[in-house]
Amino acid sequence: MSFDTGVILDNFPKLLTGAVLTVQLVALSGLGGLALAFPIGIARSSRRPWVRALPWCYIFFFRGTPLLVQLFLVYYGLSQFSAIRHSELLWPYLRDPYWCALIAMSMNTAAYIAEILRGALQAVPRGEIEAAIAVGMSKGQILRRILVPRAVRIGLPAYSNEVILMLKGSALASTITLLELTGMARTIIAETYMPVEIFLAAGACYLAISFLMVRTFKLAENILNRHLRHAR
Amino acid sequence: MITMTHTLPPALQADNIHKRFGSLEVLKGISLTAHDGEVISILGSSGSGKSTFLRCLNLLEAPHEGRIALGGEDFKLKRLKDGSLVSADPRQITRLRASMGFVFQSFNLWPHMTILENVIEAPVMVRKTPRKQAVAEAEALLEKVGIADKRNAYPGHLSGGQQQRAAIARTLAMQPRVLLFDEPTSALDPEMVAEVLNVINGLAEEGRTMLLVTHEMRFARNVSTRVLFLHDGRIEEEGTPDKVFDDPASPRCRQFMASHR
Repeated sequence: MSFDTGVILDNFPKLLTGAVLTVQLVALSGLGGLALAFPIGIARSSRRPWVRALPWCYIFFFRGTPLLVQLFLVYYGLSQFSAIRHSELLWPYLRDPYWCALIAMSMNTAAYIAEILRGALQAVPRGEIEAAIAVGMSKGQILRRILVPRAVRIGLPAYSNEVILMLKGSALASTITLLELTGMARTIIAETYMPVEIFLAAGACYLAISFLMVRTFKLAENILNRHLRHAR
Repeated sequence: MITMTHTLPPALQADNIHKRFGSLEVLKGISLTAHDGEVISILGSSGSGKSTFLRCLNLLEAPHEGRIALGGEDFKLKRLKDGSLVSADPRQITRLRASMGFVFQSFNLWPHMTILENVIEAPVMVRKTPRKQAVAEAEALLEKVGIADKRNAYPGHLSGGQQQRAAIARTLAMQPRVLLFDEPTSALDPEMVAEVLNVINGLAEEGRTMLLVTHEMRFARNVSTRVLFLHDGRIEEEGTPDKVFDDPASPRCRQFMASHR
């Protein structure tokens, strides 16, 4: 078997545009998922059963079904409703595979991040909360000043893991016609019939992206958790 | 002037506090009145309910019966379905709690904030003290408890004794009317107990009103104006330190004092 490095070099600019789209999808859905996850995760850790119920259902659905199915439901499923096709507000977005992928990925990752957040919120030692209660802080102040900052620090390593999983999950966006890294690789292969070279190159791109992400999160962890350094 | 002192409401008053965990009755009706400047030690073996009682006073624990008043202001309470009493007025309880300092056995500093940030947090957030002023006051307090050099350190970098002194400074920053100490030296290594007790002793000498749950018997005797001995959820013995330590009426208290000399 011969290995053709030339085809990789020739198609590298194309792969790079795919990689840019991949990073965009992961970054935006990571942020969108985070924003969604805060209300869901906080409600999920409530002591009141009726507050917990709705986030529980949300998390149950999005963790219990494959991302691929969710992508198809948003991209193919929603367009079955004529009300959506005729909605001037929704249709410009829901007809676009880019937005469909962003919506499905954000909602999917939000479920996981919400669970991470719930675990982190419940891991904040009771005594620290009692200290805040005892100095007369209100529930909202305790949430903003103690609970969430502590939970973010506790949950950050798990969150970085989730973003890496999303990076690899983003390959599924190629199934709804998006030319992100995997989609672009398959398009190039269809033209060149060189699957080994192109998939290897695409794999190397994924590795590079995840390496940069790991480093970035490690940096964030070092800054946010500086109180743990050299701790007794 | 003498009549004035009589008309002043007590700093802290608790009447007939009951508390149960499930079917276990931990507090069986405890009453206490602390006047301004009094230092009251609460002694008793573990399980006697002394920490639970202290935690009921600022509603960290929900009592099942009773009345609490701070400086003559009654806590507004409402009864939950499980029979326990919680605050009926969130604004009132946060305001009252801000005036009752609570020092925990396990310090409970916020680990993501520096010592200075720990101390100014409540004044800035709750009292709305301007940050500059809060910092100046916090630095004076840290100086007072002897850890001014640790202002920019994180709690995890301090020894237990230093952490507890920082926690006391955090409590003092709110200028509380009453200070509650819940076994403040029980989590400390023996060589660090003295530095914390020195700080508490200094506060007593300033004439602060304090309730102190402790196992440090000699310290309790020296610092207190009054001593309570709790047994099985009730006040078994109450009086001046000399009376409770040397001449208790209750056999149980006598036995406890004999075994803790």
